[in-house]
Amino acid sequence: MAASTTQAAMKVTIETPKTERAATGSADESQAAAKITVSGLNFYYGPVQALSHISLDIPGRMVMAFIGPSGCGKSTFLRTLNRMNDTIPGTRVEGSVIIDGQDIYAPNTDVVSLRRRVGMVFQKSNPFPKSIFDNVAYGIRINRLTGSKSELEGRVEEALKDAALWPEVKDRLKSSALGLSGGQQQRLCIARALAVKPEVVLMDEPASALDPIATQKIEELVVELKKQYTIVIVTHNMQQAARVSDQTAFFWLGKLIEVNATEKIFTAPNEKLTEDYITGRFG
Amino acid sequence: MEHQRILDRALDNLRDRVLLLGGETETALQRAMYALAERDTGTAEEVLRDDDRIDQLEVEIDRLCVETIARRQPAARDLRFVISVAKITPILERIADHACNIARVAIDLNNEPQLNAPVDLPRMAAHASSMLRTALDAFTSNDADAARAVIAEDDELDTLYDQIFHQLINLMVNDSSTTTRSARLLFVAKHIERIGDYVTDICELTVYMAEAAFIKHSN
Repeated sequence: MAASTTQAAMKVTIETPKTERAATGSADESQAAAKITVSGLNFYYGPVQALSHISLDIPGRMVMAFIGPSGCGKSTFLRTLNRMNDTIPGTRVEGSVIIDGQDIYAPNTDVVSLRRRVGMVFQKSNPFPKSIFDNVAYGIRINRLTGSKSELEGRVEEALKDAALWPEVKDRLKSSALGLSGGQQQRLCIARALAVKPEVVLMDEPASALDPIATQKIEELVVELKKQYTIVIVTHNMQQAARVSDQTAFFWLGKLIEVNATEKIFTAPNEKLTEDYITGRFG
Repeated sequence: MEHQRILDRALDNLRDRVLLLGGETETALQRAMYALAERDTGTAEEVLRDDDRIDQLEVEIDRLCVETIARRQPAARDLRFVISVAKITPILERIADHACNIARVAIDLNNEPQLNAPVDLPRMAAHASSMLRTALDAFTSNDADAARAVIAEDDELDTLYDQIFHQLINLMVNDSSTTTRSARLLFVAKHIERIGDYVTDICELTVYMAEAAFIKHSN
């Protein structure tokens, strides 16, 4: 896991959309600063290089979408941001991922603490076979983040409200989470991720298994959550990327081809590869 | 792959319909000016009658644009193309309306004695017609440079308009018996001048389509 620098790495810096800056004033300047800085990142599954020379800044309190064809490395890259790939045997990382000035691949990194700061929501909702309350309280309890029962209840309520699920479950918190609909289960998983108060939330195709109404709720939630969190979302649905993200990064064959304001990517991308992909003329 | 073929077919169809509309509009302008110059009321009436076809074409293209956006969700250059088509279509229809107005003036003037005015309206109309044709070519070939060149030509049309305006005013001042007919010709000059402005709008949209650059009101 030793970090190394790559001279050939392409550095891509993103501009904050003018409308965003204008709307939020000077306070937005700090938010526009990079929350995550990735430099010269290479990633290998055994002998196979899955990511090549990835360098980009992910601004704070915005939504960045990763798009690209299957196998392009976008999910692999997402998982490098909280070291979820560490759990896969034979993987290797080069380069650096700096979050708030700290290299998460430094030898002294507390990975459990890292994953509390950088939460994750997966494609398939994966609630524990426990009550709604216990699902959300799980991370708070194992991380010993609260001292009293009332404080725990407050944190659970807050997380469920942040995940826009509270009105639907407040009267049945002791019911099994498995009794919720697919869309509700996914929002429960988001609440579970938010309960430990992360700074960054990574979402890997969070709505791909949901119907259009549940998808819309997740998308509205994502837009709402960026006021408090930095969101990085992988999606195969390009219209979803266009709807929810401020910045979009396009990956192809393990390389970062282009990262730009979402409006720019979907109306006038700089790179021909990006244009060919989003207009469906790939291959 | 299947989806892409459908999108490409939809875009090709849109392009064909706009070119057809552009051709009909260009013809309407030329025939209206012919009717005016040759005092041919029959041709003027044909221009008015054929305007229905142009209106129907506009409605059809509008419907195709909405359908393409709703069902095919074009992005990037495809999106810019569809948006440009949706904006260019009513502009072409308005140019055709100006041609109709010129045809109406021709019909009115044909009921009065011929005015031997020293004004070169055919030259002005030929310039506008040439601008329109070149603008449609630039649109078809996605050529922003050609579109910019057409925009620059609008100044000459404005200069011709100013000359004709003063010539007709002088005619009215010097010979009051020409007032009504001169005023009608003044309207024709104004219609042609407005067509030049509309052609400029088409060219600005072509630049947007080709380069994603908004040049309207940029000066």
